Amino acid sequence: MPKTIAENSIGIVIPELHHFDEPLLLDCGKTLDEYDLVVETYGTLNADKSNAILICHALSGDHHAAGYHSMDDKKSGWWESAIGPGKPIDTNKFFVVSSNNLGGCKGSTGPTTKIPGTDTYYGPDFPIVTVKDWVRSQQRLMIKLDIPKWSSVIGGSLGGMQVLQWSIDFPDLIDHAIVIAAAPKLSAQNIAFNEVARQAIMSDPEFHEGHYLANNSKPTGGVMLARMLGHITYLSDDAMREKFGRELREGKLNFGFDVDFQVESYLRYQGKSFVDRFDANTYLLMTKALDYFDPASDYDHNLVNALQLAKAKFLVISFTSDWRFAPERSREICRALVAANRDVSYVEITAHQGHDAFLIPIPEYMAAFAAYMNKITDGFSESKSS
Amino acid sequence: MNLRADLALISDWIKPGARILDLGCGDGTLLKHLRDTMNVSGYGIEIEQSNIVKCIESGINVIHNDLDEGINNFFDADSFDYVVMTQALQAIRHPEQLLDEVLRVSSDAIITFPNMGYWTNRVQLALGGHMPVTKSLPNYWYNTPNIHLCTLYDFENLCKQLDIRIIKRHVVDSQHKHNWLAKLFPNLFGEIAIYHITKK
Repeated sequence: MPKTIAENSIGIVIPELHHFDEPLLLDCGKTLDEYDLVVETYGTLNADKSNAILICHALSGDHHAAGYHSMDDKKSGWWESAIGPGKPIDTNKFFVVSSNNLGGCKGSTGPTTKIPGTDTYYGPDFPIVTVKDWVRSQQRLMIKLDIPKWSSVIGGSLGGMQVLQWSIDFPDLIDHAIVIAAAPKLSAQNIAFNEVARQAIMSDPEFHEGHYLANNSKPTGGVMLARMLGHITYLSDDAMREKFGRELREGKLNFGFDVDFQVESYLRYQGKSFVDRFDANTYLLMTKALDYFDPASDYDHNLVNALQLAKAKFLVISFTSDWRFAPERSREICRALVAANRDVSYVEITAHQGHDAFLIPIPEYMAAFAAYMNKITDGFSESKSS
Repeated sequence: MNLRADLALISDWIKPGARILDLGCGDGTLLKHLRDTMNVSGYGIEIEQSNIVKCIESGINVIHNDLDEGINNFFDADSFDYVVMTQALQAIRHPEQLLDEVLRVSSDAIITFPNMGYWTNRVQLALGGHMPVTKSLPNYWYNTPNIHLCTLYDFENLCKQLDIRIIKRHVVDSQHKHNWLAKLFPNLFGEIAIYHITKK
Protein backbone atom coordinates (compact mmCIF):
# COMPACT_ATOMS: atom_id res chain seq x y z
CA MET A 1 0.00 0.00 0.00
CA PRO A 2 1.17 3.55 -0.55
CA LYS A 3 1.89 4.88 2.94
CA THR A 4 1.95 8.30 1.39
CA ILE A 5 0.79 9.16 -2.08
CA ALA A 6 3.35 10.84 -4.32
CA GLU A 7 2.77 14.52 -4.97
CA ASN A 8 2.58 13.93 -8.69
CA SER A 9 -0.17 11.35 -8.30
CA ILE A 10 -3.81 12.23 -8.76
CA GLY A 11 -4.31 10.49 -5.39
CA ILE A 12 -7.49 8.73 -4.33
CA VAL A 13 -10.00 8.33 -7.16
CA ILE A 14 -13.57 7.05 -7.13
CA PRO A 15 -15.08 5.19 -10.09
CA GLU A 16 -18.59 6.13 -11.22
CA LEU A 17 -21.11 3.91 -12.95
CA HIS A 18 -23.03 5.39 -15.87
CA HIS A 19 -26.15 3.66 -17.11
CA PHE A 20 -27.25 3.86 -20.74
CA ASP A 21 -30.84 3.10 -21.79
CA GLU A 22 -30.56 3.78 -25.48
CA PRO A 23 -30.02 0.45 -27.30
CA LEU A 24 -26.58 0.06 -28.89
CA LEU A 25 -26.49 -1.81 -32.18
CA LEU A 26 -23.25 -3.76 -32.40
CA ASP A 27 -21.19 -4.69 -35.46
CA CYS A 28 -22.09 -8.35 -34.94
CA GLY A 29 -25.74 -7.47 -35.56
CA LYS A 30 -26.86 -7.94 -31.98
CA THR A 31 -28.14 -5.10 -29.82
CA LEU A 32 -27.40 -4.25 -26.22
CA ASP A 33 -30.71 -2.82 -25.01
CA GLU A 34 -29.07 -1.25 -22.00
CA TYR A 35 -25.60 -1.23 -20.52
CA ASP A 36 -23.35 0.30 -17.90
CA LEU A 37 -19.94 1.87 -18.27
CA VAL A 38 -17.70 2.30 -15.26
CA VAL A 39 -15.68 5.49 -15.53
CA GLU A 40 -12.98 7.39 -13.71
CA THR A 41 -12.25 11.06 -14.28
CA TYR A 42 -9.25 13.08 -13.18
CA GLY A 43 -8.88 16.85 -13.16
CA THR A 44 -11.54 19.46 -13.89
CA LEU A 45 -13.44 20.26 -17.06
CA ASN A 46 -12.72 23.90 -17.91
CA ALA A 47 -15.36 26.55 -18.58
CA ASP A 48 -15.35 26.22 -22.36
CA LYS A 49 -15.12 22.41 -22.08
CA SER A 50 -12.04 22.36 -24.29
CA ASN A 51 -9.68 20.35 -22.09
CA ALA A 52 -11.23 16.87 -22.08
CA ILE A 53 -9.12 13.82 -22.86
CA LEU A 54 -10.34 10.28 -23.41
CA ILE A 55 -7.98 7.48 -22.40
CA CYS A 56 -8.53 4.16 -24.18
CA HIS A 57 -7.26 1.04 -22.48
CA ALA A 58 -5.50 -2.01 -23.88
CA LEU A 59 -6.31 -5.73 -23.64
CA SER A 60 -6.03 -6.24 -19.91
CA GLY A 61 -6.52 -2.61 -18.86
CA ASP A 62 -9.57 -0.95 -17.37
CA HIS A 63 -10.98 2.40 -16.27
CA HIS A 64 -8.51 2.66 -13.40
CA ALA A 65 -5.76 4.47 -15.29
CA ALA A 66 -4.31 6.62 -12.50
CA GLY A 67 -4.32 7.17 -8.77
CA TYR A 68 -5.43 4.78 -6.04
CA HIS A 69 -8.82 3.52 -4.92
CA SER A 70 -7.80 3.50 -1.29
CA MET A 71 -4.76 3.86 0.91
CA ASP A 72 -4.71 0.04 1.04
CA ASP A 73 -4.14 -0.29 -2.70
CA LYS A 74 -0.91 -2.06 -3.53
CA LYS A 75 -0.86 -0.72 -7.05
CA SER A 76 -1.76 2.53 -8.74
CA GLY A 77 -3.76 2.78 -11.97
CA TRP A 78 -2.14 1.26 -15.04
CA TRP A 79 -0.92 4.54 -16.57
CA GLU A 80 0.20 6.32 -13.43
CA SER A 81 3.48 7.00 -15.25
CA ALA A 82 1.80 9.36 -17.72
CA ILE A 83 -1.31 10.71 -15.97
CA GLY A 84 -1.15 13.06 -12.98
CA PRO A 85 -0.19 16.55 -11.90
CA GLY A 86 2.84 17.70 -13.91
CA LYS A 87 2.95 14.49 -15.97
CA PRO A 88 2.55 14.41 -19.77
CA ILE A 89 -1.24 14.07 -19.36
CA ASP A 90 -1.29 16.84 -16.79
CA THR A 91 -4.38 16.62 -14.58
CA ASN A 92 -3.83 20.25 -13.53
CA LYS A 93 -4.62 21.22 -17.09
CA PHE A 94 -6.72 18.45 -18.57
CA PHE A 95 -9.96 16.73 -17.63
CA VAL A 96 -9.21 13.05 -18.16
CA VAL A 97 -11.93 10.45 -18.78
CA SER A 98 -11.13 6.75 -18.63
CA SER A 99 -13.76 4.04 -19.00
CA ASN A 100 -13.79 0.26 -18.86
CA ASN A 101 -14.69 -1.04 -22.31
CA LEU A 102 -17.91 -2.91 -22.97
CA GLY A 103 -17.25 -6.61 -22.53
CA GLY A 104 -14.71 -5.83 -19.81
CA CYS A 105 -14.74 -7.37 -16.37
CA LYS A 106 -14.17 -4.39 -14.09
CA GLY A 107 -17.69 -3.01 -13.80
CA SER A 108 -18.84 -2.17 -17.31
CA THR A 109 -21.43 -4.49 -18.83
CA GLY A 110 -19.72 -7.68 -19.91
CA PRO A 111 -19.56 -11.44 -19.43
CA THR A 112 -19.35 -11.13 -15.62
CA THR A 113 -22.44 -8.91 -15.30
CA LYS A 114 -25.99 -10.22 -15.35
CA ILE A 115 -28.34 -10.00 -18.29
CA PRO A 116 -30.76 -7.17 -17.39
CA GLY A 117 -33.94 -8.42 -15.75
CA THR A 118 -32.49 -11.89 -15.13
CA ASP A 119 -30.31 -13.62 -12.61
CA THR A 120 -28.09 -15.05 -15.34
CA TYR A 121 -24.57 -13.94 -16.15
CA TYR A 122 -23.89 -12.99 -19.74
CA GLY A 123 -20.91 -15.30 -19.69
CA PRO A 124 -20.12 -16.57 -23.20
CA ASP A 125 -23.39 -15.11 -24.51
CA PHE A 126 -22.10 -11.56 -24.28
CA PRO A 127 -21.93 -10.47 -27.92
CA ILE A 128 -18.56 -10.08 -29.64
CA VAL A 129 -17.72 -6.39 -29.47
CA THR A 130 -15.42 -4.55 -31.85
CA VAL A 131 -13.22 -1.47 -31.58
CA LYS A 132 -15.92 0.40 -33.52
CA ASP A 133 -18.55 -0.66 -30.97
CA TRP A 134 -16.35 0.64 -28.17
CA VAL A 135 -15.88 3.95 -29.93
CA ARG A 136 -19.66 4.27 -30.37
CA SER A 137 -20.21 3.54 -26.69
CA GLN A 138 -17.52 6.04 -25.70
CA GLN A 139 -19.23 8.66 -27.85
CA ARG A 140 -22.46 8.02 -25.91
CA LEU A 141 -20.47 8.50 -22.72
CA MET A 142 -19.13 11.77 -24.10
CA ILE A 143 -22.66 13.06 -24.60
CA LYS A 144 -23.59 11.96 -21.09
CA LEU A 145 -20.62 13.82 -19.64
CA ASP A 146 -21.60 16.87 -21.72
CA ILE A 147 -18.25 17.02 -23.51
CA PRO A 148 -18.64 18.61 -26.95
CA LYS A 149 -15.24 17.57 -28.27
CA TRP A 150 -12.22 15.65 -27.06
CA SER A 151 -9.09 17.72 -26.96
CA SER A 152 -7.29 14.40 -27.40
CA VAL A 153 -8.04 10.74 -27.49
CA ILE A 154 -5.03 8.79 -26.28
CA GLY A 155 -4.17 5.12 -26.03
CA GLY A 156 -1.47 2.48 -26.30
CA SER A 157 -1.65 -0.90 -28.05
CA LEU A 158 -5.35 -1.87 -28.40
CA GLY A 159 -6.04 1.56 -26.88
CA GLY A 160 -4.15 3.18 -29.78
CA MET A 161 -6.38 1.28 -32.19
CA GLN A 162 -9.44 2.83 -30.56
CA VAL A 163 -7.80 6.23 -31.06
CA LEU A 164 -7.36 5.54 -34.78
CA GLN A 165 -10.99 4.43 -35.04
CA TRP A 166 -12.15 7.55 -33.18
CA SER A 167 -10.31 9.79 -35.63
CA ILE A 168 -12.01 8.09 -38.57
CA ASP A 169 -15.52 7.55 -37.16
CA PHE A 170 -15.99 10.90 -35.40
CA PRO A 171 -13.57 13.30 -37.12
CA ASP A 172 -15.36 16.38 -35.80
CA LEU A 173 -15.22 15.26 -32.18
CA ILE A 174 -11.46 14.95 -31.73
CA ASP A 175 -8.67 17.52 -32.04
CA HIS A 176 -5.65 15.33 -31.36
CA ALA A 177 -5.12 11.60 -31.78
CA ILE A 178 -2.23 10.07 -29.87
CA VAL A 179 -1.52 6.53 -31.03
CA ILE A 180 1.14 4.65 -29.07
CA ALA A 181 2.65 1.21 -29.75
CA ALA A 182 -0.24 0.28 -32.02
CA ALA A 183 -0.83 -1.11 -35.50
CA PRO A 184 -3.36 -0.40 -38.26
CA LYS A 185 -4.44 -4.06 -38.06
CA LEU A 186 -3.09 -7.31 -36.67
CA SER A 187 -0.61 -9.45 -38.56
CA ALA A 188 -1.07 -13.21 -39.00
CA GLN A 189 1.50 -13.69 -36.25
CA ASN A 190 -0.45 -11.42 -33.87
CA ILE A 191 -3.65 -13.35 -34.58
CA ALA A 192 -1.81 -16.63 -34.14
CA PHE A 193 -0.68 -15.67 -30.63
CA ASN A 194 -4.24 -14.63 -29.78
CA GLU A 195 -5.55 -17.95 -31.05
CA VAL A 196 -3.15 -19.92 -28.87
CA ALA A 197 -4.28 -17.84 -25.88
CA ARG A 198 -7.92 -18.54 -26.68
CA GLN A 199 -7.28 -22.25 -27.15
CA ALA A 200 -5.51 -22.36 -23.80
CA ILE A 201 -8.64 -20.94 -22.16
CA MET A 202 -11.26 -22.85 -24.11
CA SER A 203 -9.56 -26.23 -23.73
CA ASP A 204 -9.41 -25.89 -19.95
CA PRO A 205 -11.85 -28.48 -18.52
CA GLU A 206 -13.11 -25.85 -16.09
CA PHE A 207 -14.18 -23.57 -18.97
CA HIS A 208 -17.58 -25.28 -19.40
CA GLU A 209 -18.03 -23.61 -22.79
CA GLY A 210 -17.83 -20.26 -21.08
CA HIS A 211 -20.45 -21.04 -18.40
CA TYR A 212 -17.89 -21.45 -15.62
CA LEU A 213 -19.57 -18.82 -13.41
CA ALA A 214 -22.85 -20.78 -13.49
CA ASN A 215 -20.84 -23.89 -12.67
CA ASN A 216 -19.00 -22.22 -9.81
CA SER A 217 -15.67 -22.89 -11.44
CA LYS A 218 -12.93 -20.99 -13.25
CA PRO A 219 -10.62 -21.96 -16.12
CA THR A 220 -7.63 -21.00 -14.01
CA GLY A 221 -5.02 -22.99 -15.90
CA GLY A 222 -6.18 -21.70 -19.25
CA VAL A 223 -6.21 -18.04 -18.26
CA MET A 224 -2.82 -18.45 -16.65
CA LEU A 225 -1.38 -19.96 -19.83
CA ALA A 226 -2.92 -17.21 -21.95
CA ARG A 227 -1.39 -14.56 -19.74
CA MET A 228 2.02 -16.26 -19.67
CA LEU A 229 2.02 -16.34 -23.45
CA GLY A 230 0.92 -12.72 -23.58
CA HIS A 231 3.69 -11.67 -21.24
CA ILE A 232 6.33 -13.22 -23.47
CA THR A 233 5.08 -11.10 -26.34
CA TYR A 234 5.03 -7.94 -24.22
CA LEU A 235 8.70 -8.20 -23.31
CA SER A 236 11.67 -8.18 -25.64
CA ASP A 237 14.38 -10.83 -25.75
CA ASP A 238 16.77 -8.21 -24.34
CA ALA A 239 14.44 -7.18 -21.55
CA MET A 240 13.99 -10.81 -20.48
CA ARG A 241 17.72 -11.42 -20.61
CA GLU A 242 18.36 -8.35 -18.50
CA LYS A 243 15.60 -9.11 -16.02
CA PHE A 244 16.16 -12.85 -15.58
CA GLY A 245 19.06 -14.10 -17.67
CA ARG A 246 19.33 -17.79 -16.87
CA GLU A 247 19.25 -17.15 -13.18
CA LEU A 248 18.13 -20.14 -11.14
CA ARG A 249 15.54 -19.69 -8.44
CA GLU A 250 17.18 -22.07 -5.99
CA GLY A 251 20.70 -21.68 -7.28
CA LYS A 252 20.77 -25.20 -8.75
CA LEU A 253 19.04 -27.34 -11.34
CA ASN A 254 16.40 -29.60 -9.82
CA PHE A 255 16.15 -32.12 -12.65
CA GLY A 256 12.38 -31.95 -12.54
CA PHE A 257 9.57 -30.12 -14.25
CA ASP A 258 8.94 -27.57 -11.57
CA VAL A 259 10.41 -24.08 -11.64
CA ASP A 260 14.17 -24.01 -12.20
CA PHE A 261 14.71 -20.61 -13.77
CA GLN A 262 13.60 -17.21 -12.50
CA VAL A 263 11.83 -16.48 -15.76
CA GLU A 264 9.56 -19.49 -15.17
CA SER A 265 8.77 -18.28 -11.71
CA TYR A 266 7.99 -14.80 -13.05
CA LEU A 267 5.66 -16.07 -15.75
CA ARG A 268 3.83 -18.36 -13.34
CA TYR A 269 3.42 -15.50 -10.89
CA GLN A 270 2.11 -13.17 -13.63
CA GLY A 271 -0.26 -15.87 -14.85
CA LYS A 272 -1.59 -16.73 -11.41
CA SER A 273 -2.13 -13.15 -10.30
CA PHE A 274 -3.94 -12.43 -13.56
CA VAL A 275 -6.42 -15.23 -12.88
CA ASP A 276 -7.63 -13.40 -9.78
CA ARG A 277 -8.21 -10.12 -11.55
CA PHE A 278 -9.37 -11.03 -15.01
CA ASP A 279 -12.25 -12.90 -16.59
CA ALA A 280 -11.70 -15.63 -19.18
CA ASN A 281 -14.62 -14.64 -21.40
CA THR A 282 -13.45 -11.02 -21.38
CA TYR A 283 -10.00 -12.19 -22.44
CA LEU A 284 -11.57 -14.05 -25.37
CA LEU A 285 -13.60 -10.97 -26.33
CA MET A 286 -10.65 -8.58 -26.13
CA THR A 287 -8.47 -10.80 -28.31
CA LYS A 288 -11.27 -11.03 -30.89
CA ALA A 289 -11.64 -7.24 -30.90
CA LEU A 290 -7.94 -7.06 -31.64
CA ASP A 291 -8.14 -9.63 -34.43
CA TYR A 292 -11.13 -7.94 -36.07
CA PHE A 293 -9.68 -4.42 -35.91
CA ASP A 294 -9.09 -3.18 -39.45
CA PRO A 295 -10.39 0.35 -39.99
CA ALA A 296 -9.30 0.30 -43.64
CA SER A 297 -11.68 -2.59 -44.39
CA ASP A 298 -14.62 -0.15 -44.60
CA TYR A 299 -12.75 1.92 -47.17
CA ASP A 300 -11.74 -0.56 -49.89
CA HIS A 301 -8.98 -1.83 -47.59
CA ASN A 302 -7.19 1.42 -48.17
CA LEU A 303 -5.91 3.01 -44.96
CA VAL A 304 -5.19 6.29 -46.75
CA ASN A 305 -8.85 6.55 -47.79
CA ALA A 306 -9.90 5.82 -44.21
CA LEU A 307 -7.57 8.39 -42.70
CA GLN A 308 -8.53 11.04 -45.24
CA LEU A 309 -11.73 11.35 -43.21
CA ALA A 310 -9.77 12.21 -40.07
CA LYS A 311 -9.41 15.84 -39.08
CA ALA A 312 -7.33 15.38 -35.95
CA LYS A 313 -3.64 16.08 -35.65
CA PHE A 314 -1.70 12.92 -34.89
CA LEU A 315 1.17 11.93 -32.67
CA VAL A 316 2.38 8.39 -33.29
CA ILE A 317 4.91 6.78 -30.95
CA SER A 318 6.64 3.40 -31.21
CA PHE A 319 9.41 1.58 -29.33
CA THR A 320 12.42 -0.03 -31.00
CA SER A 321 12.26 -3.37 -29.15
CA ASP A 322 8.49 -3.79 -29.41
CA TRP A 323 7.94 -6.87 -31.55
CA ARG A 324 4.24 -7.28 -30.81
CA PHE A 325 3.47 -4.01 -32.62
CA ALA A 326 6.87 -3.14 -34.01
CA PRO A 327 7.89 0.39 -35.15
CA GLU A 328 7.24 -0.71 -38.72
CA ARG A 329 3.52 -1.02 -37.87
CA SER A 330 3.50 2.56 -36.56
CA ARG A 331 5.33 3.67 -39.71
CA GLU A 332 2.49 2.11 -41.72
CA ILE A 333 0.09 4.40 -39.88
CA CYS A 334 2.36 7.42 -40.49
CA ARG A 335 2.81 6.66 -44.17
CA ALA A 336 -0.96 6.53 -44.60
CA LEU A 337 -1.39 9.78 -42.65
CA VAL A 338 1.22 11.54 -44.78
CA ALA A 339 -0.38 10.23 -47.97
CA ALA A 340 -3.73 11.47 -46.63
CA ASN A 341 -2.10 14.86 -46.04
CA ARG A 342 -2.85 14.82 -42.31
CA ASP A 343 -0.77 16.53 -39.65
CA VAL A 344 1.39 13.89 -37.99
CA SER A 345 4.51 13.65 -35.91
CA TYR A 346 6.19 10.31 -35.41
CA VAL A 347 8.62 9.44 -32.65
CA GLU A 348 10.49 6.16 -32.40
CA ILE A 349 11.78 5.69 -28.86
CA THR A 350 14.91 3.63 -28.30
CA ALA A 351 13.83 1.25 -25.56
CA HIS A 352 14.70 -2.31 -24.61
CA GLN A 353 11.50 -3.04 -22.69
CA GLY A 354 9.48 -4.36 -25.64
CA HIS A 355 5.76 -3.67 -26.02
CA ASP A 356 5.44 -2.88 -22.30
CA ALA A 357 7.61 0.21 -22.87
CA PHE A 358 4.49 2.28 -23.50
CA LEU A 359 3.63 1.99 -19.79
CA ILE A 360 7.12 2.87 -18.58
CA PRO A 361 8.24 6.48 -17.96
CA ILE A 362 11.24 6.37 -20.29
CA PRO A 363 12.66 9.94 -20.25
CA GLU A 364 12.80 10.43 -24.05
CA TYR A 365 9.26 9.08 -24.39
CA MET A 366 7.89 11.29 -21.63
CA ALA A 367 9.74 14.34 -23.05
CA ALA A 368 8.21 13.97 -26.51
CA PHE A 369 4.78 13.13 -25.08
CA ALA A 370 4.88 16.10 -22.68
CA ALA A 371 6.07 18.46 -25.44
CA TYR A 372 3.07 17.50 -27.55
CA MET A 373 0.59 17.83 -24.69
CA ASN A 374 2.07 21.19 -23.62
CA LYS A 375 1.60 22.48 -27.14
CA ILE A 376 -2.09 21.61 -26.83
CA THR A 377 -2.46 23.53 -23.56
CA ASP A 378 -0.71 26.53 -25.17
CA GLY A 379 -3.75 26.57 -27.43
CA PHE A 380 -6.06 26.79 -24.40
CA SER A 381 -4.50 30.02 -23.14
CA GLU A 382 -4.57 31.52 -26.64
CA SER A 383 -8.27 30.79 -27.02
CA LYS A 384 -8.96 32.22 -23.57
CA SER A 385 -7.14 35.47 -24.23
CA SER A 386 -8.77 35.97 -27.62
CA MET B 1 14.95 35.46 -33.76
CA ASN B 2 17.19 36.06 -36.73
CA LEU B 3 16.83 33.43 -39.37
CA ARG B 4 20.12 31.96 -40.58
CA ALA B 5 20.90 33.70 -43.87
CA ASP B 6 20.89 30.52 -45.96
CA LEU B 7 17.47 29.68 -44.56
CA ALA B 8 16.26 33.20 -45.35
CA LEU B 9 17.53 32.77 -48.88
CA ILE B 10 15.73 29.46 -49.24
CA SER B 11 12.46 31.02 -48.16
CA ASP B 12 12.84 33.51 -51.02
CA TRP B 13 12.97 30.59 -53.43
CA ILE B 14 9.81 28.90 -52.16
CA LYS B 15 6.30 29.76 -53.29
CA PRO B 16 3.82 30.70 -50.55
CA GLY B 17 1.41 27.96 -49.54
CA ALA B 18 3.73 25.23 -50.82
CA ARG B 19 3.85 21.72 -49.37
CA ILE B 20 7.42 20.90 -48.45
CA LEU B 21 9.51 18.14 -46.99
CA ASP B 22 12.56 19.19 -44.98
CA LEU B 23 15.16 16.42 -44.79
CA GLY B 24 17.28 16.72 -41.67
CA CYS B 25 15.06 19.51 -40.38
CA GLY B 26 16.95 19.93 -37.08
CA ASP B 27 14.92 21.85 -34.53
CA GLY B 28 12.40 22.87 -37.19
CA THR B 29 13.54 26.50 -37.54
CA LEU B 30 13.06 26.65 -41.31
CA LEU B 31 9.68 24.88 -41.32
CA LYS B 32 8.42 27.07 -38.50
CA HIS B 33 9.54 30.21 -40.32
CA LEU B 34 7.96 29.08 -43.58
CA ARG B 35 4.73 28.10 -41.80
CA ASP B 36 4.48 31.41 -39.95
CA THR B 37 5.46 33.72 -42.79
CA MET B 38 4.41 31.92 -45.96
CA ASN B 39 1.65 29.53 -44.96
CA VAL B 40 3.81 26.59 -46.01
CA SER B 41 2.83 23.15 -44.74
CA GLY B 42 4.69 19.87 -44.66
CA TYR B 43 6.90 17.61 -42.66
CA GLY B 44 10.40 17.51 -41.32
CA ILE B 45 12.49 14.37 -41.11
CA GLU B 46 14.86 14.21 -38.19
CA ILE B 47 16.80 11.54 -36.35
CA GLU B 48 18.03 13.43 -33.27
CA GLN B 49 15.62 12.96 -30.36
CA SER B 50 16.27 16.38 -28.78
CA ASN B 51 15.57 18.07 -32.13
CA ILE B 52 12.36 16.06 -32.54
CA VAL B 53 11.13 17.34 -29.18
CA LYS B 54 11.96 20.93 -30.24
CA CYS B 55 9.99 20.45 -33.47
CA ILE B 56 7.02 19.16 -31.47
CA GLU B 57 7.31 22.16 -29.16
CA SER B 58 7.12 24.41 -32.23
CA GLY B 59 4.07 22.54 -33.50
CA ILE B 60 6.00 21.27 -36.53
CA ASN B 61 5.10 17.92 -38.09
CA VAL B 62 8.25 15.90 -37.56
CA ILE B 63 8.88 12.31 -38.53
CA HIS B 64 11.60 10.30 -36.88
CA ASN B 65 13.51 8.59 -39.64
CA ASP B 66 17.07 7.82 -40.68
CA LEU B 67 17.83 9.45 -44.05
CA ASP B 68 20.37 6.70 -44.71
CA GLU B 69 17.37 4.39 -45.07
CA GLY B 70 16.06 6.62 -47.84
CA ILE B 71 12.66 8.28 -48.11
CA ASN B 72 10.98 6.08 -50.70
CA ASN B 73 9.53 3.90 -47.98
CA PHE B 74 7.72 6.87 -46.49
CA PHE B 75 6.53 9.13 -49.28
CA ASP B 76 4.67 8.71 -52.54
CA ALA B 77 5.98 10.07 -55.81
CA ASP B 78 5.34 13.78 -56.46
CA SER B 79 3.76 14.34 -53.07
CA PHE B 80 5.55 17.64 -52.32
CA ASP B 81 6.17 20.95 -54.06
CA TYR B 82 9.71 21.12 -52.69
CA VAL B 83 12.12 18.95 -50.82
CA VAL B 84 14.60 21.00 -48.82
CA MET B 85 17.84 19.57 -47.50
CA THR B 86 20.10 22.02 -45.71
CA GLN B 87 23.62 20.88 -44.85
CA ALA B 88 22.67 17.22 -44.71
CA LEU B 89 23.71 15.82 -48.10
CA GLN B 90 27.36 15.56 -47.06
CA ALA B 91 26.45 13.40 -44.06
CA ILE B 92 24.41 10.85 -46.03
CA ARG B 93 25.72 7.37 -46.77
CA HIS B 94 24.45 7.31 -50.37
CA PRO B 95 23.92 10.92 -51.53
CA GLU B 96 23.37 9.90 -55.15
CA GLN B 97 20.57 7.51 -54.19
CA LEU B 98 18.95 10.02 -51.88
CA LEU B 99 19.03 12.73 -54.58
CA ASP B 100 17.27 10.30 -56.85
CA GLU B 101 14.60 9.66 -54.22
CA VAL B 102 14.30 13.38 -53.46
CA LEU B 103 13.40 14.15 -57.07
CA ARG B 104 10.96 11.28 -57.06
CA VAL B 105 8.85 12.64 -54.20
CA SER B 106 9.08 16.21 -55.49
CA SER B 107 9.80 17.84 -58.83
CA ASP B 108 11.86 20.55 -57.13
CA ALA B 109 14.51 20.41 -54.47
CA ILE B 110 16.65 22.94 -52.67
CA ILE B 111 19.97 21.56 -51.47
CA THR B 112 22.67 23.28 -49.47
CA PHE B 113 26.08 21.95 -48.49
CA PRO B 114 29.53 23.22 -47.41
CA ASN B 115 31.81 23.70 -50.42
CA MET B 116 34.98 21.66 -50.03
CA GLY B 117 36.53 23.78 -52.81
CA TYR B 118 36.37 26.95 -50.67
CA TRP B 119 39.82 28.57 -50.68
CA THR B 120 40.42 28.16 -46.91
CA ASN B 121 39.76 24.43 -47.21
CA ARG B 122 42.17 24.23 -50.13
CA VAL B 123 44.86 26.17 -48.27
CA GLN B 124 44.52 24.12 -45.11
CA LEU B 125 44.87 20.86 -47.01
CA ALA B 126 47.50 22.00 -49.56
CA LEU B 127 49.78 24.04 -47.28
CA GLY B 128 48.77 23.02 -43.77
CA GLY B 129 48.67 19.35 -44.77
CA HIS B 130 45.63 18.61 -42.66
CA MET B 131 41.91 18.14 -43.20
CA PRO B 132 40.18 21.53 -43.16
CA VAL B 133 38.56 22.80 -39.96
CA THR B 134 36.52 25.96 -40.55
CA LYS B 135 33.36 27.69 -39.42
CA SER B 136 31.29 25.74 -41.93
CA LEU B 137 33.25 22.52 -41.29
CA PRO B 138 33.87 22.73 -37.56
CA ASN B 139 34.71 19.07 -36.86
CA TYR B 140 37.96 17.12 -37.06
CA TRP B 141 38.36 14.24 -39.50
CA TYR B 142 37.72 11.67 -36.76
CA ASN B 143 34.52 13.11 -35.36
CA THR B 144 32.90 14.72 -38.37
CA PRO B 145 29.48 13.50 -39.50
CA ASN B 146 30.43 14.74 -42.97
CA ILE B 147 31.44 11.61 -44.85
CA HIS B 148 30.72 12.84 -48.39
CA LEU B 149 32.15 16.32 -48.77
CA CYS B 150 32.24 17.73 -52.27
CA THR B 151 32.92 20.89 -54.23
CA LEU B 152 30.49 22.82 -56.42
CA TYR B 153 32.23 21.24 -59.37
CA ASP B 154 31.70 17.72 -57.97
CA PHE B 155 28.04 18.34 -57.19
CA GLU B 156 27.32 19.76 -60.61
CA ASN B 157 29.03 16.79 -62.22
CA LEU B 158 26.83 14.43 -60.24
CA CYS B 159 23.76 16.39 -61.33
CA LYS B 160 24.85 15.89 -64.93
CA GLN B 161 25.22 12.14 -64.38
CA LEU B 162 21.84 11.90 -62.70
CA ASP B 163 20.09 14.02 -65.36
CA ILE B 164 19.34 16.70 -62.82
CA ARG B 165 18.83 20.26 -64.05
CA ILE B 166 20.16 23.12 -61.97
CA ILE B 167 17.62 25.95 -61.93
CA LYS B 168 19.49 28.29 -59.63
CA ARG B 169 22.76 28.40 -57.73
CA HIS B 170 23.86 30.71 -54.98
CA VAL B 171 27.00 30.73 -52.85
CA VAL B 172 27.51 32.48 -49.54
CA ASP B 173 30.22 32.76 -46.90
CA SER B 174 30.03 31.36 -43.39
CA GLN B 175 28.04 34.42 -42.30
CA HIS B 176 25.76 33.34 -45.15
CA LYS B 177 26.45 36.58 -46.98
CA HIS B 178 27.03 36.89 -50.69
CA ASN B 179 30.08 38.75 -52.00
CA TRP B 180 31.42 39.75 -55.41
CA LEU B 181 34.45 37.43 -55.26
CA ALA B 182 32.17 34.48 -54.64
CA LYS B 183 30.07 35.62 -57.57
CA LEU B 184 33.08 35.57 -59.87
CA PHE B 185 34.71 32.40 -58.56
CA PRO B 186 32.04 30.47 -56.70
CA ASN B 187 33.97 27.20 -56.36
CA LEU B 188 36.87 29.06 -54.77
CA PHE B 189 35.18 31.77 -52.72
CA GLY B 190 31.78 30.27 -51.96
CA GLU B 191 31.78 28.63 -48.54
CA ILE B 192 28.24 27.30 -48.62
CA ALA B 193 26.41 26.30 -51.78
CA ILE B 194 22.66 26.58 -52.29
CA TYR B 195 21.09 24.87 -55.29
CA HIS B 196 17.60 24.73 -56.69
CA ILE B 197 17.42 21.55 -58.76
CA THR B 198 14.77 19.70 -60.72
CA LYS B 199 14.30 16.65 -62.90
CA LYS B 200 15.35 17.12 -66.52
